[in-house]
Amino acid sequence: MRHLLGTKGLARDEALALLDIAEDMAAVQEREVKKLPTLRGKTVVNLFFEDSTRTRISFEAAAKRLSADVITFSAKGSSVSKGESLKDTSQTLQAMGADGVVIRHPASGAPQVLATSGWIDAGVVNAGDGTHEHPTQALLDAFTMRRRLHGAASRGRDLDGVRVVIVGDVLHSRVARSNVWLLETLGADVQLVAPPTLLPVETSSWPARVGYDLDAALADGPDVVMMLRVQAERMHAAFFPNSREYARRWGLDDARFDRLPATTMVMHPGPMNRGLEIAARAADSAQSTVREQVANGVSVRMAALYLLLSGDRGDA
Amino acid sequence: MARAVLTHADISRALTRISHEILESNRGASDLVILGIPTRGVFLARRIAEIISRIEPDAPADLAGALDVTMYRDDLGRTRTRTPAPTQLPADGIDGKTVVLVDDVLYSGRTIRAAFDALSDLGRAKAVRLAVLVDRGHREFPIRADFVGKNLPSSKLERVNVRLVESDGDDAVTIEGGEA
Repeated sequence: MRHLLGTKGLARDEALALLDIAEDMAAVQEREVKKLPTLRGKTVVNLFFEDSTRTRISFEAAAKRLSADVITFSAKGSSVSKGESLKDTSQTLQAMGADGVVIRHPASGAPQVLATSGWIDAGVVNAGDGTHEHPTQALLDAFTMRRRLHGAASRGRDLDGVRVVIVGDVLHSRVARSNVWLLETLGADVQLVAPPTLLPVETSSWPARVGYDLDAALADGPDVVMMLRVQAERMHAAFFPNSREYARRWGLDDARFDRLPATTMVMHPGPMNRGLEIAARAADSAQSTVREQVANGVSVRMAALYLLLSGDRGDA
Repeated sequence: MARAVLTHADISRALTRISHEILESNRGASDLVILGIPTRGVFLARRIAEIISRIEPDAPADLAGALDVTMYRDDLGRTRTRTPAPTQLPADGIDGKTVVLVDDVLYSGRTIRAAFDALSDLGRAKAVRLAVLVDRGHREFPIRADFVGKNLPSSKLERVNVRLVESDGDDAVTIEGGEA
């Protein structure tokens, strides 16, 4: 694997190989010495053009546990306009000898530009670009589902027949997009539920069913309910009348949570708007995987960095 | 082409002898851990553990394990990306135990060097021994096996293939190529 830019086009074998390696990385997290010498001498640059706490920290922890050197570059506040300055920045990184670049950018496609422009030789990991993709989040979600379902026997298994309902701000969500593609590849059945205003105009080509009624979607007891964050920072128009109405119709409140089967997983990519898209009781319940998702994020990102940065990159 | 070096019966006899030698040098099966190096070392380790538990009925049930060394190799940047395999240790770890590493072929010694690094991250073994089915020479490190199934002087141009029932359907060690 040379770059990890998205889950669309990621083959089933590649996805499963990454998830299986993440199992090995998770085993390392449980031992006393949590470090591997694998990427000694390699440099990973975290290039963040957009706010992030958990993703940046998660990538940083992943790189450090593989013994890579980590440089964090935060472009927040600088007068970054796409195109040329991304070129300048990447050429600086190339000159510094970066082996891997983890990039988050508000413009969809920025990681793709970085990977294909020829400005750098480094492996590029997309850590979220605009409203396009966030592949490591989808991979850690799939990893979390697989572990909850199959436990220690997860290796080599896909998510065949697992019914997943993704609820909320699909329009602005790169997490939803990456999950739709990956879950389809792994054999899961995906249903999207959102207010009509928070759905993309064209979803007929997506491998997912689309609905507007959360109660109807939850009625047949799905295996996984994934609540998306209402991304207020990306909403420059009135997408729903007010937050109370949103919570009542599309939030996982106490009443809806109580009607779910005890085996249904409640997922959220974080950070959560408690009381808006998810009630505190659902978020803190035993069915919630929120904290597991964070822990698994490090394992999955270690696997991604290993696949990108080990091996002879000359013939990759 | 390929010349047979060990047959199924030869491999069984060699593993039985190695098992006895391990028990003799360890004076029984107490505090013993047999760790195979993936892929075929793991199957050999399980076979040795099974023979040991037949000889010594009080041997611990979880004698055999697996030690993956992929992340510790010194050639990670030089070849294609390798896929790691799971590491499995006995429930109470390796601290204070005598660890016997098992691999199919001992050649340059680089895998075993990586295994030492991997092992030291997992705990502090009392002693580390090495058992191999075939020692073909050409060492690049000061490493020597304690228990050897067969010494097989070979040319670097030759290829030694180990086939085991668990992974390949039959038991055989063959050598090919070299045009000697």
